[in-house]
Amino acid sequence: MKILVCITHVPDTTSRIAFTDGDKKFDANGVQFIIGPYDDYALARAVELKEQSGGSITVLNVGGAETEPTLRKALAIGADDAIRINAEPTDSLFVASEIAHVAKDAGYDLILMGRESIDFNGGMVHGMVGEILGIPSISPVMTLDIDGDTAKMAREIEGGKEMLEVKMPLVAGCQEPIAEWKIPNMRGIMSARTKPLNVVEPSQNQSGTTLDKFELPPAKGAVKMVDADNVAELVNLLKNDAKVI
Amino acid sequence: MSSILVFVESAEGQIKKTSLEAVAYAKGMGGDVTTIAFGTEVSDSELQGLGNYGASKVLHVKDDRYNKGVIQAYASVIADAMNKEGADVLVLANSSLGNPVSARVAVKVDASLVSNVTELPDTSAGFKVKRSIYTGKAFANVELTKDKKILAIKKNAAEVKEVGGTATVEAFAGSAADSDFSTNITKTEKATGEILLPEAELVVSGGRGLKGPENWGMIEELAKVLGAATGCSKPVSDMDWRPHHEHVGQTGVKVSPQLYIAVGISGAIQHLAGVNSSKNIVVINKDPEAPFFKAADYGIVGDAFEVIPKLTEAIKAAK
Ligand SMILES: Cc1cc2nc3c(=O)[nH]c(=O)nc-3n(C[C@H](O)[C@H](O)[C@H](O)COP(=O)(O)OP(=O)(O)OC[C@H]3O[C@@H](n4cnc5c(N)ncnc54)[C@H](O)[C@@H]3O)c2cc1C
Ligand SMILES: Nc1ncnc2c1ncn2[C@@H]1O[C@H](COP(=O)(O)O)[C@@H](O)[C@H]1O
Repeated sequence: MKILVCITHVPDTTSRIAFTDGDKKFDANGVQFIIGPYDDYALARAVELKEQSGGSITVLNVGGAETEPTLRKALAIGADDAIRINAEPTDSLFVASEIAHVAKDAGYDLILMGRESIDFNGGMVHGMVGEILGIPSISPVMTLDIDGDTAKMAREIEGGKEMLEVKMPLVAGCQEPIAEWKIPNMRGIMSARTKPLNVVEPSQNQSGTTLDKFELPPAKGAVKMVDADNVAELVNLLKNDAKVI
Repeated sequence: MSSILVFVESAEGQIKKTSLEAVAYAKGMGGDVTTIAFGTEVSDSELQGLGNYGASKVLHVKDDRYNKGVIQAYASVIADAMNKEGADVLVLANSSLGNPVSARVAVKVDASLVSNVTELPDTSAGFKVKRSIYTGKAFANVELTKDKKILAIKKNAAEVKEVGGTATVEAFAGSAADSDFSTNITKTEKATGEILLPEAELVVSGGRGLKGPENWGMIEELAKVLGAATGCSKPVSDMDWRPHHEHVGQTGVKVSPQLYIAVGISGAIQHLAGVNSSKNIVVINKDPEAPFFKAADYGIVGDAFEVIPKLTEAIKAAK
């Protein structure tokens, strides 16, 4: 089985978010970058599927040279080779059309992504890639098993899940509990250094949006503390001050 | 002004509240609002009722093949409806069905697509919207550059208002190809009758501080008295104390209720990422240094096992 895993290179979930260049650019100063947590689930499941039934895993990122350590980490976790599409992504359509172009005739059985990126939070790239390639796209996927040429999945819906089956190839946007995040071991880290990482230039240059500017939310007011022996006061505040109950 | 199509979802025969917000949002943009609804489980009168929220027309794909949310089939029909109605804007609620569907529609009709939209567009120069990014930690103002636009709106982007009136319901043929139904939904498991967490106005959420699943009775009791949904932190669902769909945060459900009550949750930044668009946050934690207090509007330092039963009684008394 041939699997493509698309990963993002995103600020660590504990990062403080700040902007520069007149609020037009993310301030990467002092920020640690990681594989997107949902993409990490997708990668972990890909590694498990490969362990079960063989095949190969390619990881792909659309980004500048600074994302290469993140791709190397994915190689250390278990991918066989990596592709970096050398472009600063502008929006989901940009990313999706580049991914679809690379995947088009490459014969992947499964294209796994995260349910969403944690920087852009679009939740859109997988659906767009599916549509451009004319294959099913399922998201958010909680479990994924392969039975012959069929993928069996559970998809999260509000308040529950639905079970579904579809023939490969397909695109899936993954989330937990599809697999446990994998930590690279020493052997993986060593071998990742020599695995191929191919850089390709973008060819589609599509986009549907342009950035005007970023903005931070207004600062939160101070917390009102209520004594544990006086819960009636809290009820009073919620009722008459916040007016929510 | 443009002609706007709104994709509305229903559950158990009722239009979802988040979809009513999408209708209100479209109405707020001005112009005529047409909606499209799917399946045979939603009644004509329920659909006519969309008029009360600002829709003038409902296209009803009254076909039981659409009772289940097959992503590709929905996308084909919605794209077809946009073309036939001459709609240049599609509005829908961010949801587990809406998002994957809208991504495909955007490619089909060559539209600019923006999800997580938090406010009405600014059309004074171009067409700009504000969207939530970095999991609620920031916003981006973006311009949609294509002729057609699709907006997937975040909860609370628009306030549902009753405007009076009924909508006319027209049958709309589901034109999806058989190949669009290649995904076979074999089973649906869904909590019924419960208040769904992503849509809830009030949420009571518990963390590892509650020690074990056997102690959730008091959380459920408080939620019941308030009419709230229940949520939890990630370790709680990882340990199977609570079902996965209750897990709130960076990697779980993002909630935007009027009130979020966090009990025995430390307030790790990944948990806060799921609650930072709540209107009011109450934190109950025995540790005065718990980071959650910094993100709270109201706080009580105390033992949950003492505070929660008292709080439940006090709310009962105040009702
Ligand atoms: C990439 C990534 C993604 C993550 N995503 C999520 C996510 O989506 N959601 C999420 O929740 N977490 C997430 N986490 C985990 C997160 O970092 C924290 O570990 C987690 O939120 C802690 O859960 P908790 O607050 O329930 O437990 P703890 O941190 O153990 O806190 C328990 C709290 O209960 C209090 N307490 C104990 N006893 C009592 C009592 N009797 N009465 C009152 N208070 C009491 C304690 O003072 C403490 O503050 C993620 C982590 C990573 C690395
Ligand atoms: N720049 C990128 N490079 C590679 N994959 C990406 C990129 N951006 C998004 N993706 C993939 O698409 C998924 C959904 O992203 P989004 O639509 O931005 O929420 C992510 O979880 C990734 O798997």
